[in-house]
Amino acid sequence: MSAGIVTASYIIAAVLFILSLGGLSHPETARRGNAYGIAGMAIAIIATIFSELVTDHFVLVVVMAIGGAIGFYAAKRVQMTEMPELVAILHSFVGLAAVLIGYATYWSDEGHLMGAERTIHEVEIYLGILIGAVTFTGSVIAFGKLRGKIDGKPVLLPGRHWLNLGLGVLCLLLGKYFLGDGGAGTLFIMTLIAFGFGVHMVMAIGGADMPVVVSMLNSYSGWAAAATGFMLSNDLLIVTGALVGSSGAILSYIMCRAMNRNFISVIAGGFGTSGGGAVAAIEGEVQPLSPEETAEQLKEASSVVIVPGYGMAVAQAQNTVYEITRNLRERGKNVRFAIHPVAGRMPGHMNVLLAEARVPYDIVLEMDEINQDFPDTDVVLVIGANDIVNPSAQDEPNSPIAGMPVLEVWKAQTAIVMKRSMASGYAGVDNPLFFKENTRMLFGDAKQSLDSVLKALQG
Amino acid sequence: MKIAVPREVHAGERRVATTPEVVKQIIKLGFEVSVEAGAGAAANFADEVYAEAGATLVSDVRALWSEADIILKVRAPEQHPTLACHEADLLRAGQTLVAFIWAGQNPELLERLAKTGATVMAMDSVPRISRAQKMDALSSMANIAGYRAIVEAAGQFGRFFTGQITAAGKVPPAKVLIIGAGVAGLAAIGAAKSMGAIVRAFDTRPEVKEQVESMDAEFLMLDFKEEGSGTGGYAKTMSKEFIEAEMALFAEQAKEVDIIVTTALIPGKPAPKLITAEMVASMRNGSVIVDLASEQGGNCELTRPGEVAVVHGVSIIGYTDLPSRLATQSSQLYATNLRHLLTDLTPGKDGNIVVNMEDEVIRGATVIKEGDVTWPPPPPKLSAAPPKPAAATAPPPVAHGHGHGAKPGGSAKSTIGVLIAGALALWGVGSVAPAEFMSHFTVFVLAVFVGYQVIWNVTPALHTPLMSVTNAISGIIVIGALLKISTSSFLITLLAALAILLATINIAGGFLVTQRMLRMFQK
Repeated sequence: MSAGIVTASYIIAAVLFILSLGGLSHPETARRGNAYGIAGMAIAIIATIFSELVTDHFVLVVVMAIGGAIGFYAAKRVQMTEMPELVAILHSFVGLAAVLIGYATYWSDEGHLMGAERTIHEVEIYLGILIGAVTFTGSVIAFGKLRGKIDGKPVLLPGRHWLNLGLGVLCLLLGKYFLGDGGAGTLFIMTLIAFGFGVHMVMAIGGADMPVVVSMLNSYSGWAAAATGFMLSNDLLIVTGALVGSSGAILSYIMCRAMNRNFISVIAGGFGTSGGGAVAAIEGEVQPLSPEETAEQLKEASSVVIVPGYGMAVAQAQNTVYEITRNLRERGKNVRFAIHPVAGRMPGHMNVLLAEARVPYDIVLEMDEINQDFPDTDVVLVIGANDIVNPSAQDEPNSPIAGMPVLEVWKAQTAIVMKRSMASGYAGVDNPLFFKENTRMLFGDAKQSLDSVLKALQG
Repeated sequence: MKIAVPREVHAGERRVATTPEVVKQIIKLGFEVSVEAGAGAAANFADEVYAEAGATLVSDVRALWSEADIILKVRAPEQHPTLACHEADLLRAGQTLVAFIWAGQNPELLERLAKTGATVMAMDSVPRISRAQKMDALSSMANIAGYRAIVEAAGQFGRFFTGQITAAGKVPPAKVLIIGAGVAGLAAIGAAKSMGAIVRAFDTRPEVKEQVESMDAEFLMLDFKEEGSGTGGYAKTMSKEFIEAEMALFAEQAKEVDIIVTTALIPGKPAPKLITAEMVASMRNGSVIVDLASEQGGNCELTRPGEVAVVHGVSIIGYTDLPSRLATQSSQLYATNLRHLLTDLTPGKDGNIVVNMEDEVIRGATVIKEGDVTWPPPPPKLSAAPPKPAAATAPPPVAHGHGHGAKPGGSAKSTIGVLIAGALALWGVGSVAPAEFMSHFTVFVLAVFVGYQVIWNVTPALHTPLMSVTNAISGIIVIGALLKISTSSFLITLLAALAILLATINIAGGFLVTQRMLRMFQK
């Protein structure tokens, strides 16, 4: 295949990728979008394999077959509740691939170029490996945290900002040395530093900030691909990397805004450490409720809003939630879902879980769409959510989550909060909602409680 | 420990401090319960039912008192009509009495009770904080009084409450004015509203406006800046100017409405006089005033406590025993309040009470502790309704509508600044970089912009599929590895092969899982 046809294929692939992302603007067009993406990828890979630059097909086909099989297997097996983990580990693969390609490029291109072109090329290699390495270890740690293999609490080393700054300066100095004929050794040291940097960065970020971390790493994996594209002078890689990079950056921005957090402060790590000022102690008493009473309340209500949180995912309760929803809808009640942007551990996590449970997407609403409807709602059912329904965010200026947009469930007639215990959420903030007069607490495992509620509704 | 529930001796009092239902629950806490024979008769609780619930019935009043550790009553102790002694004299050291005491109004009684060496808990002194709501007997009684006030008014009022259009002509609805929207006022609003009347309410505390409106009543506003919220959720005395404005409003309303229910009380002070004789005279014949403050002197100048006075054709109901007139209901609620207090007093659920003076609620309720007067209690820590509405401190709302084409845009100034800085940086790079790099750079910058535009159109519901699909397409990095695999160097081939493996996992996994997820999204 001639170089012209390969380039043309790349252009087609790039356009298909853009169409693919554009398709996600609506659930109806999304599947077609995914098909565009697959087509684009197939065209790009086939064009590359049959181009003049690739001669050794045997290894390549074997390795791709193995990789494809692993990917296929993982995609079939993954539970929807584990999506954040899968996404995180896939990010790490992109990062590691970028590092490997960086080294391969460095060793295969030695001595080809001179002058400014060489400097630029070396900068590209250096940056590609750096970003790839940070993405790799950062994603591995994020995966561990999401899996629960690593403690979700932020690990805050003393003087961590200085440590980060020091590592950054060290990378810059090493880069300068590398450009002046530092050689592979320098590259290697930098890679280790970048690995350490990735670990340190994600370790310092608390569990509640996970949606931001996952989308940030998404962005990094894109930039790593783009840097690789510069390294190889490949426009398709640059375009795709830029698309992915800006997508991740926008998601991070949306997540940060949903928590009223500054991107820098999320990255700098440590949630709830910057509160300052005394937070008024919460007065009052919680009023527990039994599953049967919950069912009674739901039967009497005409409009019900369900607010799912990470607790629903942990308890795998989405199918029961759907059964309850169906039961209530058959009784002619207006049942809707309210999704906070940071509910769960990654952007859109709740939507996917509810979709899996066959909840129609047109009754699943965003925070901005439903917040003004709470005063007209009879019963709000909060399932395993805490910080996203915390009124302190609005009326407690000293609270660590002050100013974060929250779902105003306390404005409903009755809010029923399902919770395992009285523990505070990831942000470590007490929730005055539980003590409000119109709040009732349904304690216990979300799945079991909901099963009992469903039984009471059916019986 | 043994709990005794004597019959109430106050003339006309029909309530009783416990009900058979509550007896069962108290026994579960580990107590023994004795009830004076006939104690619940006036409230329609027969002796047999108490016995069935597990209570011992005792006819000898002196024995009942002396054998008990805890005595539950409704009214404060007073002269016993048949024993010829004061109930306080039946009390001895080591016992605990729980009842309405009104320590502020009855200093002599407090003195007398203290001399016995007993512990006395006043249900009227339970602090009004949210934790203590379940034992707030004042609210329970006020609720009943408010409801009963409307029932009494309806008994005196010669017309329908609700408006009707009948074959015999049109009936206008009754207009009811409720002054003071506390617990009693709100209960009255609810009762009057459910009978179909047009209800208006007035209160000096602006924060109750919402509550009044939530019950579908009209809240009358004074165009006057003064807040009437005192501590503990009660009202405070207002300034002279405010009262004048308020009186003018009442005078005007009096001419219009058919029924006035007044519930205005200020703790520790005689009730404010809100309805003057002239206002009563200006009301239509057949109108009714129910004065819930009559025990504290009345909100109406013409109220005669305990009676119905008819002046200028207006019936002024001054009953002081409205809860007692609904004895079954009020006994039930009061008994439940007492049961909640006992539960808090019995942390071990072993039938032994612990008067823990560290507990804010128990501290507030205890007026005499083993013969020492502990009244008044320190002020409550937090008012039931915070004086500052929360909205005042809430930060400005965050911009709405993300994900629907809304894009973040700082002020135009900062945007221009970023553009200039970006252009300068580009020129900087362009001045040294080779042409080939710049062409790639062009592609990069344009792609970032395309990505930016496209991604903002993605619906938030699909953010997870977006991440997995971007994951898949970032597997395009495989091309880089493909281009490197065809070399003679084993090391490079190995690195490239590994990279291909990883990237292919990404591509296959990412696209498939996206496909799987998207298939689930359905209407």
